[in-house]
Amino acid sequence: MLDKSYYEKADEIIAQHGAEQKALIPIIQDIQNEYRYLPPELLSYVAGKIGISEAKAFSVATFYENFSFDPKGKYVIKVCDGTACHVRNSLSVLDRLYTELGLSKDKVTTDDMLFTLETVSCLGACGLAPVMMINEDVYPAMTPDKAAEVIRKLREEA
Amino acid sequence: MKYMTINNRKVAFDDEKNVLSVLRKAGINLPTFCYHSELSTYGACRMCVVEDDRGRIFASCSETPRDGMVIYTNTPKLQHHRKMIIELLLASHCRDCTTCHANGTCELRQLALQLGVSYVRFKNYKEQVPIDETSPSIVIDQNKCILCGDCVRTCEEIQGIGVFDFAYRGSKMKVTPAFNRKMSETDCVGCGQCRLVCPTGAITIKTNFRPVWEALADKNTRVVAQIAPAVRVAIGDKFGLEKGRNAIGKLSAALRMMGFDEVYDTNLGADITVIEEAKEFVERLEKNENLPLFTSCCPGWVKFCENKHPEMAKHISTCRSPQSMFGAIIKEEARCNPKDERKTMVVSIMPCTAKKGEILRPEHYDDGEPVVDYVLTTSEVSRMIKEAGMDLSQITPEALDMPFGIASGAAAIFGVTGGVTEAVIRHVVGDSTSATLADISNIGVRGTAQVKEFEVTVGDRDVKIAVVHGLKAADELLTKMEKGEVYYDFVEVMACKRGCIAGGGQPLPFGPRTKNARYKGLYKIDSKSQIKISQDNPIVMNMYDTILKGKEHKLLHNQK
Repeated sequence: MLDKSYYEKADEIIAQHGAEQKALIPIIQDIQNEYRYLPPELLSYVAGKIGISEAKAFSVATFYENFSFDPKGKYVIKVCDGTACHVRNSLSVLDRLYTELGLSKDKVTTDDMLFTLETVSCLGACGLAPVMMINEDVYPAMTPDKAAEVIRKLREEA
Repeated sequence: MKYMTINNRKVAFDDEKNVLSVLRKAGINLPTFCYHSELSTYGACRMCVVEDDRGRIFASCSETPRDGMVIYTNTPKLQHHRKMIIELLLASHCRDCTTCHANGTCELRQLALQLGVSYVRFKNYKEQVPIDETSPSIVIDQNKCILCGDCVRTCEEIQGIGVFDFAYRGSKMKVTPAFNRKMSETDCVGCGQCRLVCPTGAITIKTNFRPVWEALADKNTRVVAQIAPAVRVAIGDKFGLEKGRNAIGKLSAALRMMGFDEVYDTNLGADITVIEEAKEFVERLEKNENLPLFTSCCPGWVKFCENKHPEMAKHISTCRSPQSMFGAIIKEEARCNPKDERKTMVVSIMPCTAKKGEILRPEHYDDGEPVVDYVLTTSEVSRMIKEAGMDLSQITPEALDMPFGIASGAAAIFGVTGGVTEAVIRHVVGDSTSATLADISNIGVRGTAQVKEFEVTVGDRDVKIAVVHGLKAADELLTKMEKGEVYYDFVEVMACKRGCIAGGGQPLPFGPRTKNARYKGLYKIDSKSQIKISQDNPIVMNMYDTILKGKEHKLLHNQK
């Protein structure tokens, strides 16, 4: 059971969009923006409020890669592994970040909740390949060393 | 009248909702996995593809019929297409057909045979997941799922629950409860309607016949069977008997040969249910409190009401279900007869998977002992009879055992929607002349409408009654009642559409024609029965003076 404030926040968001079935996606997007992840309890709560089954809400939330049931770090790093980035060696950037952060394909968030590392299939910036994003900022033409440097700076700032 | 040309023959059509219905009316039975006329159209399995005169291929289930259409249903291109689809479905499907519970009823396997798929070229790369056996009613094996979505839509659209849905996507897509929960952690009521529509062995009955075989072989256990109303008109299905024929005599003989010590009729429990429920209803009417009265015979409904409308659950009758009343009486009788040193075990033979869950509920225990030990569905008993090397069609019928083998016709119709209500009305009216009985049957209680509403005069009061089947319809009715839009004094609910005759444990496959035959079969038993009203059952009335005396509450009502 989450703290009461979570449900109050959810109520507020539901009120903004209207308690209708069609509002499911905007509601859970806003919840995810608020908490950087989608708490499963809130997904169930929203389903009940807008009158759909939990299974249906789960179906929608798992269909989109964007929704995450696990809490994410302060900095969400998205390394692009689309075709253009891939041929320009994005995997070596990814590997370096895994080592640098002590993460792996199965463990994507650092224990201090600072970094979450994900791959995406295209960021739509193929001219800047290999590219990565950290929260809303775009980092073009990455190399393993440049990526490690970015991480070091963010750690210092934090 | 509009026309279309199907395989070079002109076929008239009217207002059919899709091309598939026109084809089926014309006698061409295209295979389908995901199409059920009662459910919304999903168009996923692509088995019903047809080709038009321009060479376009489309799914006939999701195409609206148009005047002048030219359609071919069996061109080489289509044959290739269908075969390929089966091959691809088999590619990620468990192939342990010989040991599968759906062996014999699996539509995938039948179609593979029909379309001549003799070899699967592809390796199964799908991640194998453990079988979910946490529900007392059904077993889920996702490795056998072909993602047709029939269970998803049945649970959502017919039962209004929505236990499962599709989750994830692409090659990782699966049908699962929310958050990959186990079935026991969901709101599943165990009705088993999903099992009826599942074309493969992904959803099967949780079987209990192993421990029953053990008990049958044990000399120190007295095994007592009770047979539910809807079983007798379905048990013959697997043995080539005419659909809907009453095979209680044959079943009774088969059970004795299997080793059951006594074979009785749950209908007797139903007769007592009628008397108790009518008593409770009249009491509530007189005091004008806690109305409406909801029936309590259907465990799927009881659980649904508790889950979804907990504030309405207080209206559910305190009466135990017929199987529980009957089990309680048998166990009490055994306790009163200490000379018999054998342990008494009650086995219910039911059309229902939810009954398997009902017997585990604490209010169905007396003195720390379950009133019913095992529930076997009609399908399981069919299998047991076959396992024992018997053929029901060849068995000479035998009568049920006494003293619990006589029941009224009113009890027999418990197996169809409206039956409980009709039986209770007969009892309350208390007049068994054929004119009165005919009047009652025409009051609006019979038929297959989703919700039936009518009024009956009891004493000086007009009593408002509703009869509903299918939980989604019940859900909608309850919501209206909560809002105060409608009012009733008595509400009968059955979880399964058309009642127990279409229960989740009945032998597969069955469609509308078989359901009709079973429906008529039960009314036929009623019309042929000499006893029409529960209180005219001499055994029941005798029991109130003997074994039930002073124990009515303990044995016949839920212990809370």
